[in-house]
Amino acid sequence: MAEQPSATTTAPGEVTLPSGYTYTSVTDKIANIVLTRRSRWPWFLTFSIALVCMLAFFLACGVLFIVGPGIWGINIPVAWGYAIGNFVWWIGIGHAGTFISAILLLLRQKWRTSINRFAEAMTLFAAGIAGIFPILHLGRPWFFYWLVPYPDAMSLWPQWRSPLVWDFFAISTYLTVSLVFWYMGLIPDLATLRDRAKTRTQQLIYGLFALGWRGEARHWARHQSAYLLMAGLATPLVVSVHSVVSLDFAIGNTPGYHSTIFPPYFVAGALFSGFAMVLTLAIPLRHFFGLHEFITMRHLENCAKVLLATGWFVAYGYLSETFMAYYSNDPFEIYMVQNRMTGPYAPVYWALITCNVLAPQIMWWRAARRSVPVLFVLSLVVNMGMWMERFLIVVSSLHRDFLPSAWGLFIPTRWDWIHLLGSIGMFVVLFMLFIRFLPAISIAEIREMLHEEKSS
Amino acid sequence: MSDLDRRDVLKLLAASAALATGACSGPPEEKIVPFARAPEMAIPGKPLFYATSVSSRGYGMGVLVETNEGRPTKVEGNPLHPASLGSTDPFTQAAVLQLWDPARSQTVLHEGQVATWPQFLAAMEARLTELERARGAGLALLTGTVCSPSLQWQLTQLRERYPEARWYQYDPLHADNELRGGELAFGRAIDTRYRLDRVQTLLTLDADFLSCEPYSVRYARDFAGRRNPDRGAMSRVYTVESSPGLIGAKADHRVALPPSRIEQLVLHLARALGVETPYEGDSPEPRFSAALLEDLRRSPGAALILPGRALPPQIHALVHMLNHRLGGAGTTFEHIEPVAFMPTPQLESIRALSESISAGEVRMLAMLEGNPAYDAPADLDFSSRLRSVPETVHVSLYVDETSANCRWHVPRTHEFEAWSDLRGFDGTLGIVQPVIAPLYGGHSVHEVLNVLLRSSTNSGYQTVRAHWQRTFNHGGDDEQWRKALRDGIVANTAATPVTVSPRPPSTGFTPAKAESLAAIFTADSSLLDGRFANNVWLQELPRPMSKLTWDNAAYVSPRTAARLGVATGDEIELQRGQRAVRAGVWILPTHADDCITLPLGYGRTHAGPAGSGVGFDAYRLRTADSPWVADIRVRRTGEHRWLVSTQHHARMEGREIVRTATAEEFARDPHFATTEKKERVPEHTLYPDYPHDSYQWGMVIDLNACIGCNACTIACQAENNIPVVGKEEVDRGREMHWIRIDRYYSQDSGRLDTDFQPVPCMHCERAPCELVCPVEATTHDSQGLNLQVYNRCIGTRFCSNNCPYKVRRFNFLQYSNESSEPLKALQNPDVTVRQRGVMEKCTYCVQRIQRGRIEAQELGRRIADGEVVTACQAVCPTQAITFGDLNDSHSLVRKLKSSPRNYSLLAELNTRPRTTYLAQVRNVRTES
Repeated sequence: MAEQPSATTTAPGEVTLPSGYTYTSVTDKIANIVLTRRSRWPWFLTFSIALVCMLAFFLACGVLFIVGPGIWGINIPVAWGYAIGNFVWWIGIGHAGTFISAILLLLRQKWRTSINRFAEAMTLFAAGIAGIFPILHLGRPWFFYWLVPYPDAMSLWPQWRSPLVWDFFAISTYLTVSLVFWYMGLIPDLATLRDRAKTRTQQLIYGLFALGWRGEARHWARHQSAYLLMAGLATPLVVSVHSVVSLDFAIGNTPGYHSTIFPPYFVAGALFSGFAMVLTLAIPLRHFFGLHEFITMRHLENCAKVLLATGWFVAYGYLSETFMAYYSNDPFEIYMVQNRMTGPYAPVYWALITCNVLAPQIMWWRAARRSVPVLFVLSLVVNMGMWMERFLIVVSSLHRDFLPSAWGLFIPTRWDWIHLLGSIGMFVVLFMLFIRFLPAISIAEIREMLHEEKSS
Repeated sequence: MSDLDRRDVLKLLAASAALATGACSGPPEEKIVPFARAPEMAIPGKPLFYATSVSSRGYGMGVLVETNEGRPTKVEGNPLHPASLGSTDPFTQAAVLQLWDPARSQTVLHEGQVATWPQFLAAMEARLTELERARGAGLALLTGTVCSPSLQWQLTQLRERYPEARWYQYDPLHADNELRGGELAFGRAIDTRYRLDRVQTLLTLDADFLSCEPYSVRYARDFAGRRNPDRGAMSRVYTVESSPGLIGAKADHRVALPPSRIEQLVLHLARALGVETPYEGDSPEPRFSAALLEDLRRSPGAALILPGRALPPQIHALVHMLNHRLGGAGTTFEHIEPVAFMPTPQLESIRALSESISAGEVRMLAMLEGNPAYDAPADLDFSSRLRSVPETVHVSLYVDETSANCRWHVPRTHEFEAWSDLRGFDGTLGIVQPVIAPLYGGHSVHEVLNVLLRSSTNSGYQTVRAHWQRTFNHGGDDEQWRKALRDGIVANTAATPVTVSPRPPSTGFTPAKAESLAAIFTADSSLLDGRFANNVWLQELPRPMSKLTWDNAAYVSPRTAARLGVATGDEIELQRGQRAVRAGVWILPTHADDCITLPLGYGRTHAGPAGSGVGFDAYRLRTADSPWVADIRVRRTGEHRWLVSTQHHARMEGREIVRTATAEEFARDPHFATTEKKERVPEHTLYPDYPHDSYQWGMVIDLNACIGCNACTIACQAENNIPVVGKEEVDRGREMHWIRIDRYYSQDSGRLDTDFQPVPCMHCERAPCELVCPVEATTHDSQGLNLQVYNRCIGTRFCSNNCPYKVRRFNFLQYSNESSEPLKALQNPDVTVRQRGVMEKCTYCVQRIQRGRIEAQELGRRIADGEVVTACQAVCPTQAITFGDLNDSHSLVRKLKSSPRNYSLLAELNTRPRTTYLAQVRNVRTES
């Protein structure tokens, strides 16, 4: 749906690999990042900063468990704050990976090949971090397993009408499927790394995870069909997980939560932020590891187009929310919309409109789409905008609901910020490790593409 | 037995237990033996109620103290006591926390050093021998208002023993003006009892009789009885006030005037009613006065004017005259002999004491109550004078400012720990009996007086009992004494009315000049005069008008704030002569212009860990010549004060939250609250209805009756072990009160009305909270209750988000005190103490429902109507809250639900709340 190749760039069916590459040179280029290339200072610098952030995150979690959720700025009426906002944001980011891998695979969009691996890793890390937040958010996090329908001695079950229970299943399913899908795609590459390993340890570890892959035709045939099946399985999850997350809000009766548009609106927002995050990761990756020939301008441009398209879905969501409030003639809904635009959190609202609706419009210009710095800045702006959107949905809806006597304000504390920035640090740490220990681009699929190119 | 209600049964229980344990002044001291044979009626797990009285600034207020396994945990009003009628005020509810307060004084101190009671006795012995030789010359005694006959008897004995000794009285919230007004009018001290249940037209002159007074609870009940439009014509209330008070919020017509203009209004009114006054001008509020006059004239014998304590004695005298003219003598009010022993203008008394200290006449000063070093008029400089007295003794609950300036400090027993007796505001006598042995080894006022008397008896019990024998015991049998203990009152001891007629008022009176800016000193709705400063329940209780907690503020009107160039939260410096105090400004829309209200009782330095350093000390501006109103200058400091309130938005935003009509509109359409589009209740619901075969609980709150006094909030706190969170947490929006009182301002045809709305859990039949809890920690039960299962709650807080009424409270941190042993003993054993991370909310006092159910089951019958009373309902002075079984077709709650005024809050959300409201009706005069 996103790829609209124009006559000026590439013709349909054209592959994106640079000429002059052989199977070996492809393998060398990608595998050497993992096996032989020494890390340079930019990697170490980024990694160290991220590591500090991650440790701060762990510290904050420790304080949270010992002292209680009161370290955050949450209160009555705003009982949900950054934890839930971060959760929704990270889950949204965790969308693009599966979308790129599964849906684009099924749609036979070959250009996905260079970006799907790290996008899947991004998905996995983002969804994993997202999964931490609902647990941190609990008043008594050590009882989180009560959401699991296990046979306990008192025959107590989860309360199935609660969207939080659905959420628990949606996220755990999504995480599992994403992990399996990602791992399945990795198996041939793990075998390649095993075969080219320089040390015994590398050989053992990669060998262990390669599950005895020998590259036989039978292996390939089964792998391909299993991979396609997994893609088929993952596809509905792309839609379901964020739809279910959105129901956490839509089932609630709070104005600003209670809205039937939420499932598609959340999915669109998720793709929007996911693709922004893909760009945020792809641009430094290709720059620092010299992967310009695999992650080409065309990839970036396609991502930009998806960003533009999903940006409009999101904008439509904003518009429809406002329209529906007035159309319903419900005084609470109308007040909520007015309060969003003019109340205490109005700066956040207008900032998010700027980031999510106005800023992506520069993607209409080809020059902007093909400018790496513009894309990078835009991707950060959209990520920020989407975080603000999550914040606004969670906080500004709650802070002024039905009875004015109960209205309040949420003011984030330093622990709120540490949990947000720390989670970003953790994500970066995981991603940096991924780059160093696993092939960030699928060797097998690039080779397959090379084969198709040669035989055509 | 069948006509006994729960209260009677409990009273019988209490009485029998009192008998069983003898005088119940504590456990036997000599032998400690296990309960091989338990005392009769002391059943573990069953609370015992003891009838006693607590002192409300000297006057008695009858209460029943609930004890669980010997621990007093809750106070209820005594239905037999005329000052209570079963309800109490917030202070009385908080008394039980004061009892257990770990910061209470626990030892005798000499010069600030720990000493012993025998050391104190020895020191007194030496001093008293010397004084006795001098016939008591140099001995001075300071008390508050004395309404205890036993204390009175002891004081009389003291006078006999030390004829030259002097006795002084001081209460910072003294009624000097009333007293002297009575003397002007009648030639002698006289008390006036008002009968608000007989008043058709009421005018209050800066008199907020609904709070802080010994008679507030009773007057509130009488007042509310005339304010129910379902039961007949409502009374009409006119209020003139400077500081917004509870009566101003309930008034049908209200004007806010600075103090000097209130005097003008009265004088004008008096002239219009045919009494000569020196004031020749017009009324400051001509329309108001005209309407008022007409109504006063139209209700002969049923009109009453209530003057406030800040008005000068001449005005009080004038009002006596007017009230007699209006024909209310014997109906709307009656005069009685003063209840207090030897009422004296107390400002003069404390001034005389200071002067005789300065003159070196005082050799020994014993202060049996009060805290004059803190609350005496600032110009007397009492604390430094204290230090010049050779021997000073201070008997007090806390080591306070006065104790710090005294040679001897003696810890006083709490009222629940000692014997005494007290007369209520109408003269009714009640015995004060201890319900627990002194926790911290204190001594009662009677015991200390016995020391001063060098009496052979030293126990308070013996004193009170001996006085009883002298007064009441004619046949020598104890039956009457037992009955007095059981009932909490001595029957037929109310003062009998006396007939007096007022003299024409003196004409020499010159009305006060208008101040450019007047400071008004008022009692604080939470700390009273400062004595409750260390009571965290009261500190955290939102002040009725501002919803401020943990603070006082200088209250001003928006116009005066604009004149001074200040906004809420700005700091100002208040200057009076050489004295200056810094305070935070708080704007109240209903405040009168050109004056500033300064609540007393804050800025304490020796109140205890919770009360010291809270707010600013208005006493430092209060001098002996102007105790209530003073000229003041104000300067902005440019600083800000951190003021914390629980309600940040005061308008209803056009939403139908508190529904109000005028009496005329109500007559035209009694169903005004639910007609038109106000109640768009959806007819359909996704889930089937719950069957409720046994009971179906419900609540009705009459907004017309609610006076916003906060008693329900604090009663709920005491009953349900609700923790206190502190100023920072309140600022974050995390207060824990299960029932809050919302205060809205509504603009209606030019009037700015104040509306109160108590909001507990609505116990929705279609509860949004139940739907979203992932672990079923909040569920619906077979009796329609919306339950919260604490040990199942994992704290997702989704239920709170989904609650449109925002009545759920979350333990964001570990709020309940787990370390203090006394505070643990205070907890109600029937209610779970909640852990951090758990949601909580109003349960309709499910523990009381359970108790009622068990009792009914034992007798094989249903719970009768009125047997289960929630804590908020029990305490409510105006009976605004009714609770009961909706399945019982004769229950009162069901009857009230069929009132035309009944409506559900946010009914359009289809939550089907079980708590509903009776809409408010204001008896506004229609201009004809």
